[in-house]
Amino acid sequence: MQWEVVIGLETHAQLNTASKIFSGAATAYGAEPNTQACAVDLALPGVLPVFNRVAAEKSVRFGLAVGARINRKSVFERKNYFYPDLPKGYQMTQLELPIVAEGGKLRIQVGEYEKDIRITRAHMEEDAGKSLHEDFHGMTGIDLNRAGTPLIEIVTEPDMSSSAEAVAYAKRLHSLVRWIGICDGNMQEGSFRCDANVSVRLKGTDKLGTRCEIKNLNSFKFLEKAIDYEVRRQIELIEDGGRVVQETRLYDPDRDETRSMRSKEEANDYRYFPDPDLLPLVVSDAYIEEIRSALPELPQAKRERFMGEYSLPAYDAGVMTASREMADYFEATAKELGGEAKLAANWIMGDLSAALNKDGKDVADSPISSAQLASLLKRIQDNTISGKIAKEVFAAMWNGEGEADAIIEAKGLKQVSDSGAIEKIIDEIIAANPGQVAEYRSGKDRLFGFFVGQAMKASKGKANPAQLNDILKQKLAG
Amino acid sequence: MLNASLKELSALLAAKKVSSVELTQTFLKRIDELNPSLNAFITLDADKSLAQAHAADERIAAGKAELLTGIPFAQKDIFCAKDWLSTCGSKMLANFSAPYDAHVIEQFNRAGAVNLGKTNMDEFAMGSSNETSFFGKVKNPWDVSRVPGGSSGGSAAAVAARLCPAATGTDTGGSIRQPAALVGITGLKPTYGTVSRYGMIAFASSLDQAGPMARSAEDCALMMNVMAGFDSRDSTSLEREKEDYTRDLNQPLRGLKIGLPKEYFAEGLSADVACAVDAALAEYRKLGAETVEISLPNTRLSIPVYYVLAPAEASSNLARYDGVRYGYRAPEYGDLTDMYQKTRAQGFGAEVKRRIMIGTYVLSAGYYDAYYIQAQKLRRLIAQDFEAAFKQCDVIMGPTAPTTAFKLGEKSDDPVSMYLSDIYTIAVNLAGLPGMSVPCGFGENGLPVGLQIVGNYFAEARMLNVAHQYQLATDWHLRLPPLSGEE
Repeated sequence: MQWEVVIGLETHAQLNTASKIFSGAATAYGAEPNTQACAVDLALPGVLPVFNRVAAEKSVRFGLAVGARINRKSVFERKNYFYPDLPKGYQMTQLELPIVAEGGKLRIQVGEYEKDIRITRAHMEEDAGKSLHEDFHGMTGIDLNRAGTPLIEIVTEPDMSSSAEAVAYAKRLHSLVRWIGICDGNMQEGSFRCDANVSVRLKGTDKLGTRCEIKNLNSFKFLEKAIDYEVRRQIELIEDGGRVVQETRLYDPDRDETRSMRSKEEANDYRYFPDPDLLPLVVSDAYIEEIRSALPELPQAKRERFMGEYSLPAYDAGVMTASREMADYFEATAKELGGEAKLAANWIMGDLSAALNKDGKDVADSPISSAQLASLLKRIQDNTISGKIAKEVFAAMWNGEGEADAIIEAKGLKQVSDSGAIEKIIDEIIAANPGQVAEYRSGKDRLFGFFVGQAMKASKGKANPAQLNDILKQKLAG
Repeated sequence: MLNASLKELSALLAAKKVSSVELTQTFLKRIDELNPSLNAFITLDADKSLAQAHAADERIAAGKAELLTGIPFAQKDIFCAKDWLSTCGSKMLANFSAPYDAHVIEQFNRAGAVNLGKTNMDEFAMGSSNETSFFGKVKNPWDVSRVPGGSSGGSAAAVAARLCPAATGTDTGGSIRQPAALVGITGLKPTYGTVSRYGMIAFASSLDQAGPMARSAEDCALMMNVMAGFDSRDSTSLEREKEDYTRDLNQPLRGLKIGLPKEYFAEGLSADVACAVDAALAEYRKLGAETVEISLPNTRLSIPVYYVLAPAEASSNLARYDGVRYGYRAPEYGDLTDMYQKTRAQGFGAEVKRRIMIGTYVLSAGYYDAYYIQAQKLRRLIAQDFEAAFKQCDVIMGPTAPTTAFKLGEKSDDPVSMYLSDIYTIAVNLAGLPGMSVPCGFGENGLPVGLQIVGNYFAEARMLNVAHQYQLATDWHLRLPPLSGEE
């Protein structure tokens, strides 16, 4: 039997506002428990919510970035349920009228193909607090620092058909929310987490299978593994004559499996109704246009521009637009270099990324600036050094030994382009290896590499490779 | 001094004929004597009141007094006041003290007024007789075997018995006007959004509104000058310019058009109340007003609509009382669910539980459209009734309540008959309009009758004028209950 996988994602991204969505308390991560919870967050009697308009601004920015329609009027509703880390006994969210309506989409790239994932809606809501079960000896501690933190929940259509597509979407979304400055994207701190709705159906059927929702996946790896496990589980279940039950499941990374959390029958009746403490949120056309005009160039547009303006291959353009910082770095380097943008992309994807990864640094904090990298690449362009020597210079620059030119000078790495000097080296090599020369001349072309290696070694890598090749060919031809 | 108006008290204080401390002590002494038979107060704290009085005296001496500086006011226990208990009449909050002042309390403090104590009320303002308070029933000073009305029954009884010069109340479905009528005082529920709800413990957010309860319209106007005003902490607070509510008090009433809704003078209205209201209308005609019959066709729907919407909001507003962070928690429980259940079963009284259950029911999946959505639609129709009516008249008048004060316990076992005592007041909350009750005579049993005046949005100054002119011509508002021990 051939199975088809259907996945939709709901992503909670924490909006990076300074204060909470309905109170003036700070949203900074990692404070002592309950030091960032004011009377409103504690839901003391008589307190009232006051909406933080920055959250709306950031949400509208998101909606515009994915090309969605913005609701001129959106409404906060109460989602009622009891839980100790939910102080009011209800969560403020947007159900019927979310701020970001339909029409949004995000283009993903998986291997060779591209695909648009449709975004159904995005709404604002408040986060709950945290229940702490350790260190309390049979009791539960409650930390309300996170209660009231603004979130945007971004919901897709069930448009993804593999874990790879889901991960590609999540990564692109993760990049976008940081790109437009609405979320810090910190997944360890829970600023960006996904719920995956997964179902399977026989290939060729129209009807969707029964779905399970896997909650709170806070890394791309877990997202992938949880979906893969869930798909296997559902297929095996059906093939064994069973039936998938609609339920909420949790992924356990230690055991690499999903487990049932609650079934549809056990689900709460949340008794949603419009919050009577707030008026509907109304945004004007002028407000929307103001936000639109302040939007930066978006990843998709930039990607396409990089492919056109800098002739980058699609893959490179994708990597160069993984983040705004990356794109800025690339573009500054390419501009400085003046042409040969592909060389800049190669170096950024290669040595720079490797070094950044190794030191756990972001491109924005790179010890080698785009201008510095460009000045190094220029020396490759003008044949002062070879690409191989450039790696050595790069390492020295990384270690803070100075500018590219100074290092090349100090270490005497300048490429030897003096044909006299190269000829001399080659003459010596030919003289020292008469046997190989004879073999080469009798037709063993493969030995050419041997002579290049010997000559390079003798020049300590500094010989201009093209020149070396030419001269060597002449001399060997005898 | 016990019968002096706020203006007179202010003049006495300014002339140093009496100090705020003396005034406060006078009322505290009366409370000492009479409160045991009325049970109008939940919390008294003479030290705190007198400390405020001292400060007021210093302010007066420094020449920085405002009109209400040094005058003691009783505050309904629904308003959070720093360093005071704020119980909302519930066991759930019997030991709760808020770390902040409600907007209303803040405004009185700013004006230099003295907090004389926190008044008794129906639990979470749910009731029309003040019998649902965890702190015991409040008695009507005109007849202690009868109810003072509710939910602001403590404030009403305290003002009527002259235990305080004036008090604050809140009105969700009639909780200022109905008790004002039943004890013979003047009470005003302003346009929704006029007085900030910040720090006022929520019952039904879209209906709750604070207002003054006093002996006269003029006193109410002076209190409104302190209580009203925009507050950014309440998103439903209306951003309007400050107004002087006394500005129109002395306007003549010639040409005033009074609308009389035929539905308010129909079946269910007791004869003695109708008689007193008719006499009041005759008085208004004498003052130059004319009356015109109007219709509010959806009046009969207001009680069912209210008893869907108010409990719906309440069921959610009261979810925070879960025993986790503050307030009452059951002493013994098993798991979390058991803790919730026992805490809420023990912490809330029967009426509050009834409304939480109604509210939970009407919001439930499968019932929401039939009840909540339907009620919201009808709410708009009710508001449209008034909109149409105000094209024909300046103010609407009628009885505040269908009967005079009923006996304690008389309606306790019959919630629907209890709910019907708010039949004339509830629609005003649903429409968000301002409404007042003014004493207009007595019923067969010698109990006070209230005349309700309903105005258009923001017509408070005009309504106060209409009430004030009547009070200049009549003395119903000056009559004292037997229990007051005066005269």
